[in-house]
Amino acid sequence: MSVIVLLLIASITVACLFLAAFIWSVKNGQYDDEASAPLRMLFDDKPLNKEEKQL
Amino acid sequence: MSKKENAVSIQCYHCGEDCVDKPILAHEKEFCCEGCKMVYEILNQNGLCDYYSISKNPGINQRIKVRENKFSFLDDESIQQSLTVFKDEKQTHISFYLPQMHCSSCLWLLENLHQLNENIISSKVNFTRKEADIIFNHRNVSMRQVAELLTAIGYEPYISLNDAKQAKPKLNKSKIYKLGVAGFCFGNIMLLSFPEYLGIDGKEQNLITTFRYLSLILSLPVFFYSSSELYMSAWKSLKHGFLSIDAPIVLAVVVTFGRSLYEVLSGTGSGYFDSMSGIVFFMLIGRVLQDKTYEQLSFERDYTSYFPIAVTRVKDEKEETAALPDIKLNDTLLIHNQELIPADGIITRGKAVIDYSFVTGESLPIEKEMGEIVYAGGKQIGSNIEILVVKEVAQSYLTKLWNREDLKQKIRDEERSFVHLLSRYFTWIVLFLSISSATYWYFNDISKMWIAATSVLIIACPCALLLSNTFTNGNILRILGRKHLYLRNAQTIEDIADINYIVFDKTGTLTTGRYNEINYDGMMLSKDLKRKIAALTSQSTHPMSKAIAAWTNESSRMKVVAFEEFAGKGIEGIVDGELITLGSKSYVTGVHAERDVESSVYISVEGKVLGKFGFRNQYRTHIPALIKTLQKKYQLAVLSGDNAGEKNYLQELLGFDANILFHQKPEDKLEAIKSLQQKGKKVMMIGDGLNDAGALRQADVGIAVTENSNNFTPASDAILEAKELSQLYKFIQLCKDNKKVVLAAFIVSLLYNIVGNYFAVQGMLSPMLAAILMPCSSISILLITFGFSNLSAWKMKLK
Repeated sequence: MSVIVLLLIASITVACLFLAAFIWSVKNGQYDDEASAPLRMLFDDKPLNKEEKQL
Repeated sequence: MSKKENAVSIQCYHCGEDCVDKPILAHEKEFCCEGCKMVYEILNQNGLCDYYSISKNPGINQRIKVRENKFSFLDDESIQQSLTVFKDEKQTHISFYLPQMHCSSCLWLLENLHQLNENIISSKVNFTRKEADIIFNHRNVSMRQVAELLTAIGYEPYISLNDAKQAKPKLNKSKIYKLGVAGFCFGNIMLLSFPEYLGIDGKEQNLITTFRYLSLILSLPVFFYSSSELYMSAWKSLKHGFLSIDAPIVLAVVVTFGRSLYEVLSGTGSGYFDSMSGIVFFMLIGRVLQDKTYEQLSFERDYTSYFPIAVTRVKDEKEETAALPDIKLNDTLLIHNQELIPADGIITRGKAVIDYSFVTGESLPIEKEMGEIVYAGGKQIGSNIEILVVKEVAQSYLTKLWNREDLKQKIRDEERSFVHLLSRYFTWIVLFLSISSATYWYFNDISKMWIAATSVLIIACPCALLLSNTFTNGNILRILGRKHLYLRNAQTIEDIADINYIVFDKTGTLTTGRYNEINYDGMMLSKDLKRKIAALTSQSTHPMSKAIAAWTNESSRMKVVAFEEFAGKGIEGIVDGELITLGSKSYVTGVHAERDVESSVYISVEGKVLGKFGFRNQYRTHIPALIKTLQKKYQLAVLSGDNAGEKNYLQELLGFDANILFHQKPEDKLEAIKSLQQKGKKVMMIGDGLNDAGALRQADVGIAVTENSNNFTPASDAILEAKELSQLYKFIQLCKDNKKVVLAAFIVSLLYNIVGNYFAVQGMLSPMLAAILMPCSSISILLITFGFSNLSAWKMKLK
């Protein structure tokens, strides 16, 4: 029985962490602009590297 | 002739447009103009040519040059301050609206600004709002330089008077938080309820109590925090003496919570915490879906987002920048080409050709001479002019039009939706059921009285109706949004479904506002004469002259002697010994005309009238087809601020019983709509300009048509991109289907209600039964609403 209580505590803690992460992400504005994030992800850092090499 | 030989058109490497003239060759690439080439060179020097590999020809055409010193007003301290978001010793944060942003290349380039100028610390793009948040080191680079850098690479910031207002309204995210909390609690309570539903061993009493109390604790945030959304809206409408759909739902939530609390504390049962939090969760989802707003659009724009933030003032022979609110009476303003006249004034220098199409609906620019009055809102075309301010900005014609009291007073009753009416009937039935089952048990088995009465309220709350309504609305808003009809809110869907009279504006709505068709009516013009006309008209900058010059299709270098231009009348000159006069009817023929009935230019040679050029508006594509379809079901009318030149054509198009009025002032339009409404009509107004602003707001549904949804549009219920105007009939049909879908989903949910109530009135509603019925009905409603609304959109080919 005590195992179940332990598991309960563990599961609710994990769930709380996710809730906190969700609230943080909303507050952080991650959902404000849904259009640019998927585009931004596709850019590689190549141009940056090029620039460094030139310097 | 050389154009035709160039059969294969060459695309500009930068902007992708055809290089009409000879392409400019540089760096083994072709460019259409020097501007595009320059942008390429800037990017090339800084190793940013990946810009061209992300999207094809991503650039913005640079043929039209931005005036130098345009951003000199950004050197002004007070203007700088009003635009700055945040500033400390080292850096300044600023947010620029960049309407040119359109593709992933733009995004990439704008976020790599720091490679162009090392003093720009970072830039982050918000693509939906077309804004870039830029942080720069203000010790080494000024705000003006940042704006000029953006302009140099083709993204000219649009800065309007509206930007100077401090503190933009912050987005309210509380609904999302509430949704997150409700979802979290719902999931966990569900999990904790399972053991009891699945028949936990009765001996494990400790465990059962633990589960129940944990559920109780988890339901507290749902009851006190997440549901507050419902409490607030129910309370708001009750305060206005209106019983909205939220009230019975709040009642059900409170009853469910109270009964569950009692059961758990007294140890008699596990309560309905899972059902309660589930229903709150689903309802919040529905609300969030329905209330999705188009952030990048504004339905409440006022004149301030149309006006520039600063203008050039001439003081003691010197040009200086002045913020618009600082403009005083008797100031002299310098207005450049394509700039807006911000205040009513008298022209003191230069010749004005002013495009009022946006303000009055007149499709042709008006010429004004020195000493004449020009009204705010017009756009100067051509050379620079100076005006003496005779009325301050806040007092000008345009501003007054906007601030008219009777427009502000229009109260938007947000709660006239049919679901509220339906929910009221529903609530009475439920209350009746609850009371009668309580009475029945009072006489038969008093212990079951409260159980039965509360069970009915728990199972039969009208949340299914609310769910079906919010989900359908949300989905239809999205479908329409994908088709570029953006509605202000969900209520607009119902309003559109109810209309029976459609009023159109002409200039800019039915037509593109440009003159593209010219009909010549009169004696044949010889090739030689055409050449002479071309020579004469090319002397003038008036758009009509330019249009005629293009129509002749001749280019001539013939000498024009004694050329004279009379504002508002016409032009004349001697070409190759012949006196040619072009102009208005009264000017050329001498016949006095009351006012222009149509847009035409008469021509005479040596005093002999040869004929006239009729100017036809260019109608948007598919307009005749749209009108034909709409005619079958709706009464149509056209209210135009323009002259009656198109009357015959429009009358033919709309039918002879259609009401077509010209020379309508903004007030006339508003009154016309009002009188239609007094006759009991539900009016939809479709317009585009400031002159329609009053009518748009007065109408039951006002739709603003725009070429580009990021452009300025007057306040309205909906914004429609002009290219989709032809789909209007389908949009109305889809809005009509909205009601049907809601009702269908509601009927299905009634079936669940009947099953649930069958057990509830007997006092036999177990928490498990409630826990099965609730998600089942919610999910089937979801499926029905999404399924049916998508189906009807698909049938109409709107998907």
